[in-house]
Amino acid sequence: MALPHATTTAPGAREPTAQAPPGVSGKTRRKVGVHAPWWFVVPAIAVYLFIVVVPSANGALFSFTDWNGLRPVWSFVGLDNYAAVFSDRTARAALGNTLLLAAAATVAQNVVGLLLALGVNSMARSRYALRVIFFAPVVLTPLVAGYVWSFLLSPNGAVNDALRAVGLGALAHDWLGDPDTALYAIVAEIVWQFSGYSMVIYLAGLQAIPAEVLEAATIDGAGAWSKFRRVVLPLLNGAVVINVMLCLIGGLKQFDQVMAMTGGGPGTATETISTAIYKSAFSLGDFPFSIALAVVMTVVIAILATVQFRLTQRRTS
Amino acid sequence: MHARYTWRTLSREATLILLALLFLVPLVGLLNVSLKPQDSQTSALALEFPPTLGNYAQAWTQANLDAALANSFAITAVSVVLIIAFSAMAAYPLARVTRGWSRYAFYFVIGGLLIPGQLALLPLYATMRDLGLLGSLWSVILINVGQQMPFSVFLYTMFLRELPLDYEEAALLDGCGPVRSFVTVVFPLLRPVTGTVVILNAVGIWNEFFTPLLYLGGSDNTTSPVAIYGFVSQYVSQWPLIFAGLVISVIPILVVYFALQKHIIKGFAGGLKG
Repeated sequence: MALPHATTTAPGAREPTAQAPPGVSGKTRRKVGVHAPWWFVVPAIAVYLFIVVVPSANGALFSFTDWNGLRPVWSFVGLDNYAAVFSDRTARAALGNTLLLAAAATVAQNVVGLLLALGVNSMARSRYALRVIFFAPVVLTPLVAGYVWSFLLSPNGAVNDALRAVGLGALAHDWLGDPDTALYAIVAEIVWQFSGYSMVIYLAGLQAIPAEVLEAATIDGAGAWSKFRRVVLPLLNGAVVINVMLCLIGGLKQFDQVMAMTGGGPGTATETISTAIYKSAFSLGDFPFSIALAVVMTVVIAILATVQFRLTQRRTS
Repeated sequence: MHARYTWRTLSREATLILLALLFLVPLVGLLNVSLKPQDSQTSALALEFPPTLGNYAQAWTQANLDAALANSFAITAVSVVLIIAFSAMAAYPLARVTRGWSRYAFYFVIGGLLIPGQLALLPLYATMRDLGLLGSLWSVILINVGQQMPFSVFLYTMFLRELPLDYEEAALLDGCGPVRSFVTVVFPLLRPVTGTVVILNAVGIWNEFFTPLLYLGGSDNTTSPVAIYGFVSQYVSQWPLIFAGLVISVIPILVVYFALQKHIIKGFAGGLKG
């Protein structure tokens, strides 16, 4: 799934500052009689019910049944499907890989994105051109970017060529064919592709910091590092929350790049929850297993989103 | 932050430019390899003379990219128009009506932000199959619209809550009904959000792989990423040919990006500020 879709989940994290005080505007409204017809919500709610709510509820329900998508008759099987998921090696590997990939990509992408933002937010004359270049991979089709990277990382690809050229030929190897490096190679692609997105969000945060605050810190004798650590970083908290949420959810749903770069292999080394859900349903035809895995994925996302939100909220207050 | 251009700024700028060149390597490699003869064994960044456009001609016909690009355009355009119409409309009463149902309806819709599409996947697939929509662009369009409601409704509602009532009141006093006042007065004022909604959704839908793979894969009606997926599995390791196909498939989005980069970057950053 492309990032902007993943993105779309982030702003739940926003503080409700945008909300107008309901009392005041409510009074004005009644007085003058601006009338917003209730039926304006009907098309949105209808398509949302049809595409999201009803099938999601059915998915949760069917995870406790033997529904196979074809027979209209099904019966409850209790927790059998979940037992199957948690005793399945591929599914367990997929869960572990997905958590590792999401964590590694979140950390790396945020560090790189923040550094890029700090660099680009300077007096550098080329800063606008640099911004455009660092952001360009974000709009690229993730599947296509995955194919390009799988070529660059192949045994005779550009990455190994470069290593040999600088005398590090000993490090050159089949990055995607080695179960120990394949997952991190995918993380590297994700960081290349989406750091520009984190950069743009951090940049918006940096530019919202008033110059006087930084001047005051300088006058108080703060060095560059302590100014960053004690003044800039705390003021970037909102951007951190959004970026971490975006990366985390995008990583947990990872599908496209894995399909392009490894197809989940070698073995199960890069299998993710999304690829496992897809394969169990459409290669193996095991709908109950696939649905139970999707419910597990939903729960994992909900837990991590809540934990992350709580943690970052506490830091603010 | 820094008032003057100093030596430190210069060294920082030089580092950044080097990094930018590194960032460009995959893109340059993509273009360079696509111009090589098909039996080429040289490195991704090594130039080879004379460059050939033969891969492009072959990829264009064999990957059926013309039809696939047309489908991608159609799906993106129709989905984005419907997303804007439905979510802007829904946001109007959700932001303006203060009674309870409006608040609950708002939470009900944005609750969808936390539900991954995978949960609905198989029941939805069965429904689309029973409706005979597998292989039809409408299945993908409907799914795009439904899945994007929570985020787009959220953006429009937050923006509308900050928008003063003055204009609508003026329209009302001029004898404008609620529908006409929404279309002619309110909707044009929503332009900043509409820009963000268009950019985020258009880029996302254009690049999307999973949903079209599921609903259009194997049919004659594929989108560009799905066509590329099939093309790559057919011509494994014939990199120059594959890369020509990849270049063709990303040219539209890259052209739009470089033409509108300021707006697009702002759109991505703005989606988060509301």
